Amino acid sequence: MLDTLINYLVNYPFVRYALIVGLLVSLCSSLLGVTLVLKRFSFIGDGLSHVAFGAMTISTVLPVIVKDILISFSQEGKLSASGDALVKHLTEMNDMVIVLPITLLSAILLLRTGQNTKIKGDAAVAMISVSALAVGYMLINVFSMSANVSGDVCSTLFGSLSILTLKKSDVWICLALSVVVITLFLLLYHKIFAVTFDENFSSATGINANAYNLIIAVITALIIVIAMNLVGSLLISALIIFPALSAMRVFQSFKGVIICSAVISVICAGTGIILSILFSTPVGATIVTADIVVFMIFCIISRFTRRQKA
Amino acid sequence: MVIDGETIVPKVPDTQVVCRNAVLGYEDGIVTRDLNFAVNSGDYLCILGENGSGKSTLVKTLLGLQKQLDGEIEWFKGMSSKDIGYLPQQTVVQRDFPASVREIVRSGCLGKMGLRPFYNAQEKQLAEDTMKQLGIDHLAKHCYRDLSGGQQQRVLLARALCATRKMLLLDEPVTGLDPKAQTDLYELIASLNKEGITIIMVSHDMAVVRYATHILHIGSQRQLFFGTKDDYLNSSIGKNFIASERGEFNA
Ligand SMILES: Nc1ncnc2c1ncn2[C@@H]1O[C@H](COP(=O)(O)OP(=O)(O)OP(=O)(O)O)[C@@H](O)[C@H]1O
Ligand SMILES: [Mg+2]
Repeated sequence: MLDTLINYLVNYPFVRYALIVGLLVSLCSSLLGVTLVLKRFSFIGDGLSHVAFGAMTISTVLPVIVKDILISFSQEGKLSASGDALVKHLTEMNDMVIVLPITLLSAILLLRTGQNTKIKGDAAVAMISVSALAVGYMLINVFSMSANVSGDVCSTLFGSLSILTLKKSDVWICLALSVVVITLFLLLYHKIFAVTFDENFSSATGINANAYNLIIAVITALIIVIAMNLVGSLLISALIIFPALSAMRVFQSFKGVIICSAVISVICAGTGIILSILFSTPVGATIVTADIVVFMIFCIISRFTRRQKA
Repeated sequence: MVIDGETIVPKVPDTQVVCRNAVLGYEDGIVTRDLNFAVNSGDYLCILGENGSGKSTLVKTLLGLQKQLDGEIEWFKGMSSKDIGYLPQQTVVQRDFPASVREIVRSGCLGKMGLRPFYNAQEKQLAEDTMKQLGIDHLAKHCYRDLSGGQQQRVLLARALCATRKMLLLDEPVTGLDPKAQTDLYELIASLNKEGITIIMVSHDMAVVRYATHILHIGSQRQLFFGTKDDYLNSSIGKNFIASERGEFNA
């Protein structure tokens, strides 16, 4: 078994890349977990992941729709050469090109509705996320050319069956976005802390809390897009929230919690990816299961440390 | 200097802020109108009023978190609403927020940092000195959520002092503290006032009146009194208020 793993790692450079990307993704997703949990923004994360699912289906069926439209408008009833090229281009285009902007836009919209209107923020999110799910599922059923629709849906919802099926362009996009997320987070760390801890005080001392809320929403959207390939849209919330919740059980300072949740997340992702390769289990579900196990362990630890203190 | 609607508040050389005919409220209605008062540096202004009279609304307006509906609030001597150290009425910090005392106190410096991402040595030192001054330096590594109410308020006070040393604005800071802790906090704030920090204290507790130099009393929908403490204690409004507080106290 170990041989299989070493064989993969040594002989297939792509496995190595996939592993690195998995670790980076998990690192990113853990950074904002604390903020999202404490600001009660975790529902936005959840809503966004469904929007990302809808966007993904749009990107999947777009070439089919474009083809249908072009055919119905042409006289001969078949595609011209340029139309054919366009459809081909759309098919080969990376899904991110469509998913990223849609998710970013929704993040901004969700934050706005949560703050300004009289509709309760979480009701708005619930509305948007179920709409995205329903429309997405319908689109992919009506238009998909694929023979295996339920397989497609399943992998969008729960992540690729195996990390080895990641496309090379996915790897590079993940890498670039991860760097953006980590840099932004490090630069804005103290301000994110202040805005999370006490928004009124921050605004009173001249920090533009709304701007930082927006940045937090944008980073969340980026993280969701990055993590989507790894664990699928339904499981992203788990990747974001579990490490933070575990760390908050044991650590007493913001910095301690952030560092601990980053470590937990990376270890769980590494373990999950390796186990999923060895036992050919679905990679996203394996990682999340590892996160759950760690959460339970930290719950038990916190029982003991709290008791000692009392 | 007593104000009634049209009277203009006099401005003396070290005036920090003047509020003229201000009307406060929210989109859905006016909370209070015709506010006229001035705060000079070194003053201890106590804002009194019933629940819902608009004290916190006035605080938010002074802080620039919302705009007055009418009238004006003018700042002097390079002051602005950003030079106020603020202690909120009720900090809506979630119960289980993991943050150490040091992290919170330091965050008071953030407003002055602009886009610089990290604290410099000077700001870190300021935080340490302030914690020492308020007697919470031994708690620096403790988690905020595990502190007593009085200790928590000291931490937030230290954070406010890191933000500025010109003016402190405190919105009922003793709510929920036991009597001993209340007195301690009041004494601490009075000692900061002696150092020259202007204090604006919101309260509906007459215990504060004895520390104050000026009183602003807001009634339903309008200002009832603004002036020095001695004038207030001699006015009918002041006498009534004190009598009613005593009555409540005895009952
Ligand atoms: N965000 C808001 N939007 C609309 N109305 C508000 C808002 N906040 C407060 N009010 C209203 O403004 C009025 C004054 O509220 P405010 O909080 O200023 O009173 P207060 O004097 O601070 O009372 P307390 O002693 O209870 O703290 C109340 O009638 C309240 O309903
Ligand atoms: Mg109030």
